Amino acid sequence: MIPNNIAAHGLSADEYARIQQLLGRDPNLVELGIFSVMWSEHCSYKSTRAHLRRLPVTGPQVIQGPGENAGVVDIGDGDVVVFKMESHNHPSFIEPYQGAATGVGGIMRDVFTMGARPVAMMNALRFGAPDHEKTRHLVSGVVAGIGGYGNCMGVPTVGGEVNFHSAYNGNILVNAMCVGLARRDRIFKSAAKGIGNPVVYVGSKTGRDGIHGATMASAEFSEDSEEKRPTVQVGDPFTEKLLLEACLELMSTDAIIAIQDMGAAGLTSSSAEMAGKGGTGIDLDLDRVPQRENDMTAYEMMLSESQERMLMVLKPGREGVAETIFRKWELDFAVIGKTTGTGRMIVRHKGAVVADIPVNALSDEAPVYQRPFTAKSSPARTPVEIDPGRDIAESLLKLLACPDLCSRRWIWEQYDYSVMTDSVQPPGGDAAVVRVHGTNKALAITTDVTPRYCRADPFEGAKQAVAEAWRNLTAVGASPLAVTDNLNFGNPERPETMGEIVRCIDGIAEACRALSFPVVSGNCSLYNETGGEPILPTPAIGGVGLMDDVAREASIGFKRNGDVLILIGEARGELGQSLYLREIESREDGPPPRVDLAVEKRNGDFVRALIRSGRTNTVHDLSDGGLLIAIAEMAIAGGLGAMLDLPDRAAPFLFGEDQARYVIAAAPDAAETVLSDAAAHGVPAIRIGKCDGDRLIITGRLSIPVARMRSAHESWLPSFMAGDPASRAGLAAS
Amino acid sequence: MKCAVIVFPASNCDRDAHDAIMHVTGTPPQMVWHGDSEVPDVDLIVLPGGFSYGDYLRCGAMAAHSRIMTDIRRKAGEGVAVLGICNGFQILTEAGLLPGTLMRNAGLKFVCRPVELVVDESQSLFTRNYSRGERVTFPVAHGEGNYFASDDVLDRLEAEGRVAFRYAEGENPNGSARNIAGILNEKRNVLGLMPHPERACDPLLGSVSGRAMFQSLLEKLS
Repeated sequence: MIPNNIAAHGLSADEYARIQQLLGRDPNLVELGIFSVMWSEHCSYKSTRAHLRRLPVTGPQVIQGPGENAGVVDIGDGDVVVFKMESHNHPSFIEPYQGAATGVGGIMRDVFTMGARPVAMMNALRFGAPDHEKTRHLVSGVVAGIGGYGNCMGVPTVGGEVNFHSAYNGNILVNAMCVGLARRDRIFKSAAKGIGNPVVYVGSKTGRDGIHGATMASAEFSEDSEEKRPTVQVGDPFTEKLLLEACLELMSTDAIIAIQDMGAAGLTSSSAEMAGKGGTGIDLDLDRVPQRENDMTAYEMMLSESQERMLMVLKPGREGVAETIFRKWELDFAVIGKTTGTGRMIVRHKGAVVADIPVNALSDEAPVYQRPFTAKSSPARTPVEIDPGRDIAESLLKLLACPDLCSRRWIWEQYDYSVMTDSVQPPGGDAAVVRVHGTNKALAITTDVTPRYCRADPFEGAKQAVAEAWRNLTAVGASPLAVTDNLNFGNPERPETMGEIVRCIDGIAEACRALSFPVVSGNCSLYNETGGEPILPTPAIGGVGLMDDVAREASIGFKRNGDVLILIGEARGELGQSLYLREIESREDGPPPRVDLAVEKRNGDFVRALIRSGRTNTVHDLSDGGLLIAIAEMAIAGGLGAMLDLPDRAAPFLFGEDQARYVIAAAPDAAETVLSDAAAHGVPAIRIGKCDGDRLIITGRLSIPVARMRSAHESWLPSFMAGDPASRAGLAAS
Repeated sequence: MKCAVIVFPASNCDRDAHDAIMHVTGTPPQMVWHGDSEVPDVDLIVLPGGFSYGDYLRCGAMAAHSRIMTDIRRKAGEGVAVLGICNGFQILTEAGLLPGTLMRNAGLKFVCRPVELVVDESQSLFTRNYSRGERVTFPVAHGEGNYFASDDVLDRLEAEGRVAFRYAEGENPNGSARNIAGILNEKRNVLGLMPHPERACDPLLGSVSGRAMFQSLLEKLS
């Protein structure tokens, strides 16, 4: 094999030598292609696998942890929630609409492959600085792509998060999370079982799109990356909707032994993974694969990432039942092979064997690297100097309108969030609340990470991401169940980046363990860098929680004049890495806020109990922007002002991003009980004012109409997207 | 009241319509596949929202030629009540059962939000439990809901009291002519509207003002 060809497949000389050794000969081109995708970072997790083992993945609630298409968690009464988050970063930068759309389609397939009906979508998006020339185009395309796919599927997109930062100028992040519901006794897995069972292909035809997508996603971007546009797949949500309904219909019979979606690396990875997990061999006849184009080669068919396709192993004799269902939905259906006892993947095309590979060479024997890393030490906890003379009202309005805090309405109104008639809490709150259809139970869902914290201190930053997800679920009244993680980093071959990966995984592990919040699924996206500039370390955490009674939910909006406001949790005034520092002082420095997981748990458990006992239904967690921003958001959401009486009026108290905190509003008599209960539980809680009128007032220091705050909060994103130059300058993240 | 909900490929509000009807009337509707040749003997046929055929051609254009539509046309002619919601409204205009057309939203984006509507006509099977001028809130969720017809047609719709719902002043989410959100056919047994009454039947979801539509039908058709 020519060295150029090996490098073009993203394989190192050592890896190629290992392939020769495993095969006992040189691979042919088809085999080289198969190895290249299976051993790519994207499919093999070769840089992270050794570290991911440190994550806690078990718990009494966990039915299926990492390793299947999605995680499965028990929610009682025979119901389970099935969820996963996955990135589609590289394709979305090259072609934002299709990249984002197929990201949504891919993660939905992961969930319905398990036998679950998708009931909610979330997405965690990171874009470049607002003043970067591509940012608007990318925001517009990604949002339209997510909406275009999810809306057609009829699955509500109920929330997510968006950040802007120059570190993402050349590598945006599009992480999509899908949550589905299934019955505990009707979960489907991917291990092929038995010998001589039919291997069935269903869904769309195979075309030449997306060839080598997985390899692309495993390399850094360079200036010619846009020439990789043909490696981006094109989504067809109409076919996916039919595929969803057809699969669920077939799953209500007992015909399926195993099922796997054809995602990254298409037919290659689905067949190799099914055989690998089942300990079988697999024979494939490519002449039987439904093809969209003429004269496709074996190489192209094995590496195509055409969307909306599934591979299944059926019980013998059930092909007819399955075919009838798929024909009704006007989808392709073809028996393309069978399971064997050889332990080999044998691929035939036009009568000839074009690949013959031991299955375990593709999975178990895939390389695992202990890459060298340098772990950053935590920054010193010295006090952060700020200008004490600034006007609070001006700072508040500027922060409310800044790109990372302003209202995301312009985005979520493009998503159908109300279809399926279970979206009890629409986008805009701490967590989305989605009723379990036909019951009084509900799921709470959130995605969180603060990348600027992770850059300053990967370990504390990753802990914070988990803690914030846990807190957001708690703030609506849910018991946090489990998480999915989407680890987005730069090039792992760079020791500093590898250090960020290692320390972030350690941070996630520690927080998930302390909060009994195991990781049940996830995805790693590495090589997110362009021209040697990596993204901020971005370990996005998707959290899911359960509410036994959907009527006992809390939301952020103020509800009644006279309700007493109580701050739960201790204020130390931590301004390091805060949005205040960035937006008002134009600096990104200092240590991120400390995360004390025991305190987090104690305070959160206390707040959840308040919600469940009916003492409060107005709760907001404190995060970006701190106390005053949280109160302003509560006022804007409820259309009701507040009169504040604060023990401290300096910026660190008002805008510090200390963790483990909440603001709640309670009726005056309930408030007394809350304060005495808090004292009894050792939870810091102080009265900070009451809901009142139509202004936010700190006597002598601040008086702003709620309407003015709303207008600042709501206007930045629409005017930025409309191309208003004023919205690009000045407010841009550094 | 016997109901049928038609399921086209990529209908996605069929279950929501089913549940709303079930909730208000106590009887589950029959789900009817678009490839069937006949709708069972029912009092109300619902064409639900969704993205029939992916909306890859003009919205509703493909579904308007589904096999079941021949029988729906016939039954509508005989006076059976037909309700088209969102994509169902688009299908009804494409099938010629309602006048006008639904163009891309004026803002060129999909829009999902609760919208305030004004009941413009309470003299119909569908709206008799509302009063004229009553304000109701239904969610909208569409990319192509910008109602357009020639001035002659619009004048006639207004003169004949066939504009059932309008977007309240300042609430028009899509640029529809004369704020029109829903219209009746000449015989007043076919209603098409872009907003979703079936998503406004549960207090937990913020509005129950869609219930009166199903109650109107229930009382008249039972």
